[in-house]
Amino acid sequence: MLFYLFAALATISGAYMVLTRNLLYAAFALLLTLLSVAGIFVLLFADFLAVIQLMVYVGGVLVLILFGIMLSSRVKDKSVLSENVNTGWGIAVAGLLLLGLSYTILQTNYVSLPWIEAADTDLLGAQKSTVQAIGIKLMTDVVLPFELASLLLLIALMGSAYIATDKPTKL
Amino acid sequence: MALLAFVLTISLMLLIVIVVVYAERKVAAFMQDRLGPTEAGPYGTLQPLLDVLKLLQKEDIIPAAADKKMFAVAPILIFAAVFAGFAVIPLSPSLVPAGVGIGVFYLLAIISLDVIGLLMAGWGSNNKYAMLGAMRSVAQIVSYEIPAGLALLSVVMICQSLDFQEISYQQGVLMNLFPGLEQEQNWLFGLKALGFETTTVGGLTTWNIFRAPILLVAFVIYFIASLAECNRAPFDIPEAESELVAGFHVEYSGFRFATFFLAEYAMMVLVCLVAVILFLGSWNTPLPNFGPLALANWTTGTPGGMASVLWGGFWLISKTLVLLFVQLWARWTYPRLRVDQLMHLCWKVLTPIAIGLVLLAGIWRLLMV
Repeated sequence: MLFYLFAALATISGAYMVLTRNLLYAAFALLLTLLSVAGIFVLLFADFLAVIQLMVYVGGVLVLILFGIMLSSRVKDKSVLSENVNTGWGIAVAGLLLLGLSYTILQTNYVSLPWIEAADTDLLGAQKSTVQAIGIKLMTDVVLPFELASLLLLIALMGSAYIATDKPTKL
Repeated sequence: MALLAFVLTISLMLLIVIVVVYAERKVAAFMQDRLGPTEAGPYGTLQPLLDVLKLLQKEDIIPAAADKKMFAVAPILIFAAVFAGFAVIPLSPSLVPAGVGIGVFYLLAIISLDVIGLLMAGWGSNNKYAMLGAMRSVAQIVSYEIPAGLALLSVVMICQSLDFQEISYQQGVLMNLFPGLEQEQNWLFGLKALGFETTTVGGLTTWNIFRAPILLVAFVIYFIASLAECNRAPFDIPEAESELVAGFHVEYSGFRFATFFLAEYAMMVLVCLVAVILFLGSWNTPLPNFGPLALANWTTGTPGGMASVLWGGFWLISKTLVLLFVQLWARWTYPRLRVDQLMHLCWKVLTPIAIGLVLLAGIWRLLMV
């Protein structure tokens, strides 16, 4: 029941985000979308993922987007509006995506999927959250991608620091 | 049950906020050699209530040029974000509104929603001062989340848990009663090599700042950062009266302003509660057991009993009030920081120390087992 509520919220706010012309409203609609998706994550026992979603996307990315919009708007004394460009390509890509996803969904035989069959059992067992399992996985199976991602972030950080520094102008 | 927890938490929060609002005025007055409110009730104790009544009667003004939807949603969002943080705060050994396993992390994330509400308020008001205040406030909160988060991370590394209740149990004589911690032992200063076991001593000796003394530094960092996160002086440039009138809530009046006010004080209470739970022993008593003189056991009770609820609540709230007093004290002692000083403190002082602490906390944890 809660799932349908969150799903409906996510869909409606997502649609609003795409359809509204006001960029700022779109950003706040994105907030609602992200929150509902976080709610769905919680319902799927992915508590860590839900909180990460809040932390990174709502607390970080969305704030950056809002800052960007607010600082760059009102150039001509009216709020920023988005425009429709690349209509043909957009429709084509979205339509293909829809087709591909529907095809995959229709092809799948849900009843025989192992994780659907195991859904009735207690997923978390004695553990209170998925943090332990995720931590162990990060330090064993996927340690290389994890380290690569951290390296990438470090490079991005250094790059931004370099761009932001005052370069002494040459004479 | 959920409704009961909701009502209990909100009434407790309102009660503490009322006390803090009164204390703010009285403490400020005494520090400036004044008397503060004296007229309403004995020693002016009814003053905050009357203030609230006055606010509720005021006209609800929405500026003509404001973005009405955002203007209306912003105070609700801010209050909801702060109040949602209270959900994971354990009030006593057996009383916690929502005992989620990743409480600390959840709290950090949900508080960051506050920032969105601030931006909404600043933008929705369509006012230069409000916009400037919101920008300053958000820049400050986002920056200071980093040292605060790192300080909390070092606690999490020492405690090996993200659950507030588990961290609370670890800091007292009841530790072995928590499921999963039956075999755990506490050592003086966390150093097993000293050979002085404090599992049954409890009291001060098992508080996190004594279990791992480096957390004392983390506590100071967290406390400074938390002052900035709730826009308290000396980090109150977002609301600097002399330059921005009142910052992001300059256009608000009546009930909407009351909501902002409440959210701000609730935030103060929340950050102090978190500091108490993670560093100062949560609901545990400060009195240790001295052999037959089992002060810690007497002032804790057994989990599930009424005595433990009352003792737990008493210790938690009195420690929180002490920290809140320190916040007020700091406000009336230090002048406001300039923007560059603010950012210097955050990025060049607190953050490097906090990163070093995370490393040290990892090493200390190795000494504890």
